[in-house]
Amino acid sequence: MKSVFKIVVVLMVFASVVSCQKNSRPNYQFMPNMYEPVSYEAYQESDAFPGGVEAQLPAEGSIPRGGHMPFEIANTNDGYQLAKSSLMSPLDSTQIDRLRAGQLYDIYCGICHGKKGDGKGTLVKREKILGVPSYDDAGRAITQGSIYHTIYYGKNAMGSYANQLNEEERWQVVNYVLELKADLEK
Amino acid sequence: MKKSYQSLEDNPTNNMIQVIYRHLASKIPYLGLVILLTFSTSLSAQEGDPVKGKTIFNTNCASCHNLDRKMTGPALRNVESRLEDEQGLGRDWLDKWIRNSAGLIKSGDAYANQVYNEYNGTAMTAFPQLEDQDISDILAYTAEPAKEKVVVDEVTSGGGGSSEGGISSKLILGALAILFALLAIALILVRKTLNRFAEEKGIEAAQKDKSLPIWKAFVQNQFLVLVTVIFFLLASAYFVYGYLSQIGVDQGYEPVQPIHYSHRIHAGDNGIDCKYCHSSARVSKHSGIPSLNICMNCHKSIYQVADETQQEGMDEYGVDYNAEIQKLYKAVGWDEAEQTYTGVTEPVKWIRIHNLPDFAYFNHSQHVEVAGVQCQTCHGPVEEMEVMYQHAPLTMGWCINCHRETNVNVEGNAYYTKIHDELSKKYGVDKLTAAQMGGLECGKCHY
Repeated sequence: MKSVFKIVVVLMVFASVVSCQKNSRPNYQFMPNMYEPVSYEAYQESDAFPGGVEAQLPAEGSIPRGGHMPFEIANTNDGYQLAKSSLMSPLDSTQIDRLRAGQLYDIYCGICHGKKGDGKGTLVKREKILGVPSYDDAGRAITQGSIYHTIYYGKNAMGSYANQLNEEERWQVVNYVLELKADLEK
Repeated sequence: MKKSYQSLEDNPTNNMIQVIYRHLASKIPYLGLVILLTFSTSLSAQEGDPVKGKTIFNTNCASCHNLDRKMTGPALRNVESRLEDEQGLGRDWLDKWIRNSAGLIKSGDAYANQVYNEYNGTAMTAFPQLEDQDISDILAYTAEPAKEKVVVDEVTSGGGGSSEGGISSKLILGALAILFALLAIALILVRKTLNRFAEEKGIEAAQKDKSLPIWKAFVQNQFLVLVTVIFFLLASAYFVYGYLSQIGVDQGYEPVQPIHYSHRIHAGDNGIDCKYCHSSARVSKHSGIPSLNICMNCHKSIYQVADETQQEGMDEYGVDYNAEIQKLYKAVGWDEAEQTYTGVTEPVKWIRIHNLPDFAYFNHSQHVEVAGVQCQTCHGPVEEMEVMYQHAPLTMGWCINCHRETNVNVEGNAYYTKIHDELSKKYGVDKLTAAQMGGLECGKCHY
């Protein structure tokens, strides 16, 4: 009987050691000063900023390197109409990269608008998001300017994609959407 | 005896009958309402088909309107009868509004302007393509009574069924455990009785030899002791080495995040591309944690999960997904009732899982965009993870292994054609691995 008791004790100790391995906390580090950066890392917490968030928006009016100029048209109905009638794509035919635009479209737009732009993306088919219009919708009659305005600010239930696509990528997508629209109208 | 048994059996059936009656009773007025409403619409205009209306509503209206919730535009349940009762406006006003709301506002119509201003001057898209019949169908759909009660019933009954399944499997396990315990006890008892029989009959159980105990014999054999000591030293060295080499390796790290986000639902079930949310993986060193406005791209309109999803979350993972969406709304400062941002936000303290030490440089865009490596190659089957964990060890050996095995796509890359040709000649191969292009040089990652 004594040996049984011993075996049980050993098994229990083993089980408790094994169960102590927790995946909810990170492992030990050897010499962490080689691991932790001295400078700020992305998303680091810091007392220097309000809310303790190190990731901050750039100051208003700052222009990123690479020459993306600020978008001047306002996020209003008038701004939308202005963009619809007057805003033109800065890309000429040599700068249009259909392959890349298609990839970007499939990632960011196709999930709702559908790969063909008919408003039947995966999320619409699964009835998660409803009311996505087809690009050839007569009442909307989208133009390149209105598409850009919508990508930049969002419209109705659609959010802004200004932080996921940069200016050049947005115009590439606009061009791709116009192509899809033309295909749908055929 | 029989009586009590019968009465026991009678009771549940009685209850069942009552339940059925209650459902029927609650459905009769609904049915009446449906019939009434369909007749009332057929009196004022052409008869509308609520089923067709639902399809038209979902494709055209649902981006801004919900039946029972304010979204970009107002809730539309019973819109026709409400307009009639509250504003005295008939179907012709609705037709005008739907086909060209801007025109109606410009014409100076009082109620049109009131609604326009109430919704902060959001212009409703014109739908000139909708026929009279389409609008009738939509209105028939909006006139359908809410189905909430039925939904709740389904949810509770579904919950009962699945929890029963859980109980039954537990019952089976418990029964098995008891069975094994009984068997063990029986064996012990059998042994005891056999021993007693032996004693009574005067038979001595096989006697132990009085020779050397085994441990003494072992100690006396020096060779055996030497071999055992070497064996134990090697074994402990193996385990110590294993323990030391996993220090600082966080494979399997699975922290509890402040908002339970299921990659399984988003990337798996709904098939959203990784780069939809982690868009900076395309263009920067970091694959960023998405800011909450990206969540709100969809969750502005998805304010609760489907009932089956909710049930699955409660049963299998113990997570209330709808409560997690509310956490998101709180953090981002979204007022559901008013459908506006309050401006009061609180940052979510996500816990970073994949973290290379500072002395190693890694760039996402290089791997994702240039090399075209799938996210799953390093991050594992994220689309199946309910809780995100670190799949790969992220050790140097692991990096180098991949660099040795992965062929670089050199085709169609005019910029590097010459160097690719020369390297191919040098190594005598058609396809170059990342290692052959210098992917093992120390300075590539450590500087």
